[in-house]
Amino acid sequence: MSDKIRKVDGITKESTQAMIDDALAVYPEKARKKRAPHLAPNDAASGCASVKSNKKTVPGVMSARGCAYAGAKGVVWGPIRDMVHVSHGPVGCGWYSWGTRRNLMSGITGVTSFPMQFTSDFQEKDIVYGGDKKLKTLLEEAHDLFPLAKGISVLSECPVGLIGDDINSVTKQSSKELDLPIIPCNCEGFRGVSQSLGHHISNDSIRDYIIETREFAEPSSPYDIALIGDYNIGGDVWSAKSLLEEIGLNVKSVWTGDGELEKIAATHTVKLNLIHCYRSMNYMCKVMEEKYGIPWLEFNFFGPTKIRESLRAIAERFDDVIKEKVELAIAKYEPIMQAIIDEYKPRLDKKKVMLLVGGLRPRHTIGAYEDLGMDCVGAGYEFAHGDDYDRTAPEMPEATVVYDDPSEYEFEKFAHALKPDLIGSGIKEKYVFQKMGIPFRQMHSWDYSGPYHGYQGFEIFARDVDMAVNSPTWKLVKAPF
Amino acid sequence: MANLLGLEVKTIVETTPEEIERVKNWINSEEYKEKNFARQALVINTAHACQPLGAQLAAHGFEGTLPFVHGSQGCASYYRSTLNRHFREPAPAVSDAMTEDGAVFGGQNNLHEGLENAHALYKPKMIAVFTSCMPEVIGDDLTAFIKNAKQKAFVPKELPVPFANTPSFNGTHIHGYDSMLVSILQTLTEDKQVEGRCTGKLNLIAGCDFNTGDYREYRRILKEFGIPYTLLADIGDTFESPCDGTYHIYAGGTKLDEAADSINGKATIAIGPYATPKTFSWIKDNYSGKHVSMPMPMGIEKTDALIMKIAELFGKDVPASLKNERGRAVDAMTDSQQYMHGKKFAVYGDPDYLMGYVSFLLEMGARPHHILCSRGSKKVEKELQTLLDGSMYGKGCKIYMNKDLWHLRSLLMTDKVDAVIGDSHGKFAARDAGVPLFRFGFPIFDRVNKHRYPIIGYQGVVNMVTEICNKFIDIKDETCEDRFFELMR
Repeated sequence: MSDKIRKVDGITKESTQAMIDDALAVYPEKARKKRAPHLAPNDAASGCASVKSNKKTVPGVMSARGCAYAGAKGVVWGPIRDMVHVSHGPVGCGWYSWGTRRNLMSGITGVTSFPMQFTSDFQEKDIVYGGDKKLKTLLEEAHDLFPLAKGISVLSECPVGLIGDDINSVTKQSSKELDLPIIPCNCEGFRGVSQSLGHHISNDSIRDYIIETREFAEPSSPYDIALIGDYNIGGDVWSAKSLLEEIGLNVKSVWTGDGELEKIAATHTVKLNLIHCYRSMNYMCKVMEEKYGIPWLEFNFFGPTKIRESLRAIAERFDDVIKEKVELAIAKYEPIMQAIIDEYKPRLDKKKVMLLVGGLRPRHTIGAYEDLGMDCVGAGYEFAHGDDYDRTAPEMPEATVVYDDPSEYEFEKFAHALKPDLIGSGIKEKYVFQKMGIPFRQMHSWDYSGPYHGYQGFEIFARDVDMAVNSPTWKLVKAPF
Repeated sequence: MANLLGLEVKTIVETTPEEIERVKNWINSEEYKEKNFARQALVINTAHACQPLGAQLAAHGFEGTLPFVHGSQGCASYYRSTLNRHFREPAPAVSDAMTEDGAVFGGQNNLHEGLENAHALYKPKMIAVFTSCMPEVIGDDLTAFIKNAKQKAFVPKELPVPFANTPSFNGTHIHGYDSMLVSILQTLTEDKQVEGRCTGKLNLIAGCDFNTGDYREYRRILKEFGIPYTLLADIGDTFESPCDGTYHIYAGGTKLDEAADSINGKATIAIGPYATPKTFSWIKDNYSGKHVSMPMPMGIEKTDALIMKIAELFGKDVPASLKNERGRAVDAMTDSQQYMHGKKFAVYGDPDYLMGYVSFLLEMGARPHHILCSRGSKKVEKELQTLLDGSMYGKGCKIYMNKDLWHLRSLLMTDKVDAVIGDSHGKFAARDAGVPLFRFGFPIFDRVNKHRYPIIGYQGVVNMVTEICNKFIDIKDETCEDRFFELMR
């Protein structure tokens, strides 16, 4: 949490509310009533959410949201590298989510890691007669063709739930027959209001089917931790892990970026869970706290200010050995970070950024933009809940606009009014704003760059933000004639 | 016992390096290939997506048209992202965000609210509705729903709202394209046929083609002919809009009144018989003038066929400029045939693209050694076989119907080729096989501006020859011994 309330010139509660009212003016009455509570000026002092969230998307408005399947396949399960993840149902879902999240993996594709599309490719007859038989055969074939896969997840698409297939009993039986963890996940896209329920359902399946089924071969140490909620986008896990190891911790498992099933299954023996993406994995942290007494700590590895705060907070949970290493690491990296800031800040100072990402990054990255001298003038999430917005309020400047699951219409309106120097959001928004001449970075995928986590990541983040904002190409947008 | 599966708690065992090495070699073997080809249920790495994606493409091809997904919002996000990534352009589309209660009560309320909101916010001239899985499984009646929407004034009565049933558990994106397109044309041309009226125009449908350069190329060819035309489902400007400081939500598309009048055309050519069968058959029964279905004009022969057909339909000579263009394309081929002659290729993709690749490769004296179609009929197979039988370079080439890119990998590892032609998804198998991938299909997520370079027409021939031959020369330059590294190639 930041200690003082910041302000941005020209932004007041009144100006923000007027901008919101203007954006809502065009809506039919019913939709306006639904949308209004999701848009508000930030109340930094309260430390509380100023908007409603986690409600159904209003039909027809052009939301950026995905579905429960996307949250399960794309976010939680997909990054576990040594499992075969079956998209159970028609061909599309698995195809769209194949290789499009940038959760990088080590290993040999098809041998020890499986960043591929596996589908039961439902046809009409499967809808009519059910797909359970096909699933059983498919699981045998997967085990046969990929003998080193440590397990299989079965991720239901919409039709599976609608036609009443029983994937839970099929997977239970096959799991016994093949002597392999096979995990059913009832994450049909129509469940819930966004990706978020898919995260929750997946966490529950890990709780029910995976945790506590393995033990580490080596003896435990007081420095054993798990890295939770880092999906290795562009290599984030590799950057974060090396920093955590440098301060003396043993990263025993990663949930789930470049993750390994058996290590995840043995996480119940670690001493502390460090959680980066609170939104998608707080559920299992809470389960492990209750069931195994493992404490958990939220941390933020974006930008030197937040990294320093986080490292010291982590050190507080350990003895002097770790505390000393943390101070050594901070002393080692801060001059390097200062050199980066000295290089880029003069070009980025006072530039304005607007953010719309999933459930974590807007609040987590504000500090990194501020390290570069930039102001966040608007932030929102696709699928955050109230506790995410509570955590966001103190990070944002006073009275700046907060938007929950905004429609593209609202987002455009706000950008027109606020004239940001940079927008950080997703692929669906990118080209809309670039056509308007507004620099943009994809903040789900790091725009095919990264990592952005850790000290190593900040150098790349700073370079990327600078190249987006200051590219000479933007000067050519307006023709001289 | 902690876990529901009732498995005992085991100690983590790392796979040994020897075992990894064994499996690594095994997946490249003949034995593995046989096992892989024996798969009955598991599908791995498909070369096709689902119907609604193609439906959205067709919808984007019309002026002021907002694609509208009746179904779960996640579906719409997937289609949009796919088009965004391929074209590096906006792909505005809405969904009516059906959830669990939709499964119980049906999707009419969502559809009505969605239509009303979409119309108020995005002011479309047409809303093209298509379905994803959920309403298809529960059996929503779109005819009634849309009629009711107009009766209850959720949208104006005069707003065209064509709709298509595009279940993802049937066919691929090309079938969704066809269904949406025919529905749009049926809606727009309703009551527009005028006895005795002839627009004098050619209606051209490009087929489920994701290359904006191709659309520009069709327009240019017709301009050379001096023939008035209507390019139907014209996504050319939609997905190649200028960056000039203003975002236009509807950047291109066939004018709606022109599309409506297309029913009075002099002739209609539907390109891509496998992507437009429904549309073509409906046009044949309902449109004035002559109607022809033609393959994608890839390679010289197939382009010649299109050019001659246009000339015939309009009683015109082929203009000198196109004759010269043909000559230049053939010149490009004869100048560089030595770099492709005898080279073996693996090709995969949608049937209409496949016919084009195969035809072009055979013209160059190259061998389309593995031809893989991930969803196609006996008719597709037969037509491909006829192409192979017509050339000595087709000898020994094999067609694999309804196979996926994991099958392709086995083929590449056990029966080597020199290159692969397909979309970005083939990059993994191509890399494992150590051969280049030529990205002419859809989607292309990992190279820039490829969609701006036509692959159809004579210009398409020049583009493909240039890209392929230069890559082979690059490989030679990069891999040859120093003593064979020379100035000229």
